Amino acid sequence: MMLTLSWALPLAGALLLLLVGNADGRRDSLIRWLSLVVSLLSFAVTLALWLGFDSASAEFQFVERVPWIPAFGIDYYVGVDGISLLLVVLTGFLTPIALLSSWESVDRKVKEFSMFILALEAAMIGVFVSLDLFLFYVFWDAMLIPMYFLIGIWGYDQRIYAAIKFMLYTMAGSVLMLVAILGLAYMYSEATGSYSFDLLKLYTLEIAPETQRWLFLAFAVAFAIKVPLFPFHTWLPDAHVQAPTAGSIILAGVLLKMGTYGLVRFAFPLFPVAAAEFAPWIALLAVIGIVYGALVAMVQPDMKKLVAYSSVSHLGFVVLGICAMNVQGVQGAVYQMLAHGVSTGGLFLMVGMLSDRRHTRLIAEFGGLKNVMPRLTAAFLIITLASIGMPALNGFIGEFLTMVGAFLWDPRYVVAAGLGVILSAVYMLWMFQRVYLGNVTHDENATLSDLTPREWASVVPLCAAAVVMGVFPMIFLAPMEPSVRRVVAQVQAVQPLRVDNEMPNAKFKIQTRRASELPDDVRRASSPVAP
Amino acid sequence: MFTELDAVVPMLCVTLAALASMAAEAFRGRGERMPIGLLGLVGLVGAAVSAVLLWDRNAEAFGVIVADNFGLFVTMVLAAIGVLTILFSSQVLERDGLPSGEYYTLMLFSIVGMIMMATATDLLVIFVALEILSLAVYVLTGIRRDHLPGTEAAFKYFLLGAFSSAFFLYGIAFTYGVTGSTRLAAVGSYLSAQSMTDNPMILLALGLLLVGFAFKISAVPFHMWTPDAYEGAPAIVTGFMSTGVKAAAFAAFARVFLSAFEPFKDEWAPVVAVIAVATMVLGTVVGVAQSNLKRMLAYSSIAHGGYLLVGLVAANQVGKAAILFYLLAYSVTNLAAFGVIAMLGARDKANDSLRDYAGLWQTRPALAALMTVCLLSLGGLPPTAGFIGKWYIFSAAVSSGYYGLAIVGMLTSVISVFFYLRVVVMMYMAERDPSLSPMGVTGVGMAALTVSIAAIFYLGVLPTQVLNLAAASIATIF
Repeated sequence: MMLTLSWALPLAGALLLLLVGNADGRRDSLIRWLSLVVSLLSFAVTLALWLGFDSASAEFQFVERVPWIPAFGIDYYVGVDGISLLLVVLTGFLTPIALLSSWESVDRKVKEFSMFILALEAAMIGVFVSLDLFLFYVFWDAMLIPMYFLIGIWGYDQRIYAAIKFMLYTMAGSVLMLVAILGLAYMYSEATGSYSFDLLKLYTLEIAPETQRWLFLAFAVAFAIKVPLFPFHTWLPDAHVQAPTAGSIILAGVLLKMGTYGLVRFAFPLFPVAAAEFAPWIALLAVIGIVYGALVAMVQPDMKKLVAYSSVSHLGFVVLGICAMNVQGVQGAVYQMLAHGVSTGGLFLMVGMLSDRRHTRLIAEFGGLKNVMPRLTAAFLIITLASIGMPALNGFIGEFLTMVGAFLWDPRYVVAAGLGVILSAVYMLWMFQRVYLGNVTHDENATLSDLTPREWASVVPLCAAAVVMGVFPMIFLAPMEPSVRRVVAQVQAVQPLRVDNEMPNAKFKIQTRRASELPDDVRRASSPVAP
Repeated sequence: MFTELDAVVPMLCVTLAALASMAAEAFRGRGERMPIGLLGLVGLVGAAVSAVLLWDRNAEAFGVIVADNFGLFVTMVLAAIGVLTILFSSQVLERDGLPSGEYYTLMLFSIVGMIMMATATDLLVIFVALEILSLAVYVLTGIRRDHLPGTEAAFKYFLLGAFSSAFFLYGIAFTYGVTGSTRLAAVGSYLSAQSMTDNPMILLALGLLLVGFAFKISAVPFHMWTPDAYEGAPAIVTGFMSTGVKAAAFAAFARVFLSAFEPFKDEWAPVVAVIAVATMVLGTVVGVAQSNLKRMLAYSSIAHGGYLLVGLVAANQVGKAAILFYLLAYSVTNLAAFGVIAMLGARDKANDSLRDYAGLWQTRPALAALMTVCLLSLGGLPPTAGFIGKWYIFSAAVSSGYYGLAIVGMLTSVISVFFYLRVVVMMYMAERDPSLSPMGVTGVGMAALTVSIAAIFYLGVLPTQVLNLAAASIATIF
């Protein structure tokens, strides 16, 4: 029941808001509080999931299964493992912050705004907990609707263009995935005589390599658009920049992770042979994205756009770690997803605060804010450093682990990715310097007010999370480790010898994953019910 | 003798209602108001109830009408279409000053034709049914005699419809010439017994019948009449004919091509596949360029015909059931969308251009929300009926190996989302033009809309029962 509650609670909250009459905005504050309470309750549910989660097990937990459309073997089938658990918690964590961020800046149609945010939360959690591909797809596509409205109604000037671009881009990718899902279910019925969309059953399906390639591509493109992987990223700057602050927080914090989560959960384990073939090329795109995102971020005059491009760069690390498909790489990738959610969510939040005060996001319009807003400056600095990957803050662990993983796989990627780390320090610190340090350059900025108590309430949890994740990474790494091992074992078991040697200069590679060494590791990790 | 009549009871119910409303109109005093729509409702509910009672009995009448589950399923869909249309109409008729007696009589007679078309097992009876429904719909299209575009639309529709009937009849003649019968069962057994794939006569017959059906379901390249007729007709009539006519024509199409001409599947399937692709692509691509909502939905309904054709090409068990489910999902959704358009219109102004919907959310939030649900369902987004329908159709295509058709269908449905979203953008993200008149909606219309929306969500979230019903209804035939 817990998992159903985790997504049904926000949805119920959204429907509850529907019943609150709010003709001319009289009950705005009631609605704000109500939605905040619902989102906090949902967060509590996700925390309760974490508390009840058995960190030693690699299996799916809190499993619920009810037949839904029996004729096609479709079940309402949910469960979490260590990978999805923390993403669910992240969703629960960021939603109240998103609501707080728009407490004052969203002043029209508050009811609908809150409804869409809560509906979005429900769909996002649904995506992470679904173990039935059909159910997953329903949540995956349903999620677009509230996000579309959030960008389109409460966004900035170019909001309609951005909203439609976001919707069509993601849908174009996901319908191809739907065809692939149908193909999978059909193949399953050919093999066993009955349809099934059960992910765990489909994992066991043996698919010819040629077919795998097509299906993998269909899944991978859908996820690559969502991540977004270079060159599918062009919707992201538009959507991020035009979205209201709350939309940006959720978009960057959670939505982008669905792409990388999809790669770990679906694309790689379902089609391991094809995944092994394509991994070097996807990693190449990821590395290009890391460097390209960083370079483009550097020259942005608009803070929000800068943060948006930094996401392209940071998500590149995640994809690189996944492509490495070893324990360090995937663990680092999942960790980086969480870390990026916290730090980029924080950056968008604080950029939004500046934008609310000045109605501009241009770096050139600011300067010397440290003298006016010391508290915001301090918080911004923490999050900036976290985003750069400074040790003892969250970004470091994730980037470090993904780079270790990538190094074990193929060190050449790490060289380029390392460049991205340096560049991220350049563009983030340069922005920080131009916005906060020096003298106050614009008179309008001299009178800006520092953080209000409400803003404190949204900033402090993020900074705290950044520090905790940086100092005590094991809290987060421990529950995900068994699941990560299981996924890696699953992918590597089918194709223990990666086709890396098809890459030129294969001898350059350090071969740590000797076939003799791997199965041992694998066996330990993948024994289903650990006694 | 009387058991013979069982199979036609649904039709009789509607016929009686039609006759009653005709009589009521005749006895109506000048200016007197009569609840004629209610008669229609009674008749349609009677048809639906008798369809339920006839379920699984395979009743046959005169050897040319068979109330098998397939036909009964379509009958129920048609009854639902009729009920919703009447509920939406009540407000529109009064506002536009349309003659309610004639209107309801024509509508009910066309439903009689539709039900007959869905249950007929003889090519000639199908033709008669086609004419009954078509003639009534031609008149309905031009029922606003003072409305020039409506008259033009009716005329166009009539001329092209007459052509298509001629094609169809010609096809029947050739079929009879080759097989010596117009009964579908006889035709089917003759064709499967003889190997005659190289007989040009039967291929000609097949082609002519295909053209006739393609006209009625407005498949490309026989769709030319659709945008004009749909735009010119009163919105509620457009809603009625874009769902009812399509449902009936598809039912007959499926019956003829999947039973009698099943042996020739290898011949017609590639042709229908090409038509399906052309229909989906043209419907969506041209739909993008429209600025009139009715015309946009006309192209969208062309595209939906293409999706249904995909189910026909797939022609496996899933595909046949998918056609039925999709017809239901599409009919409810499309009718509700046209219901909104109809109710937002005014007597002197149709209010059906995109700009008229600017900021609708500000003035009529409930109506805007309901319209959005319809549009999202038409676009095939979960958790709505349209999504399950599309998924069902394309899973049929995939399991028959038509990956290409599925991919084209999916991509065109993304394009179609673009133009559905244009309406949503207008309603939610544009400022209201204060010069536009406020529009009123009656309780009956709102109730009908609410029921449709509930049905859209029901079919989208808990489709199992209806899916099973659809699967069961094709089990008895084919």
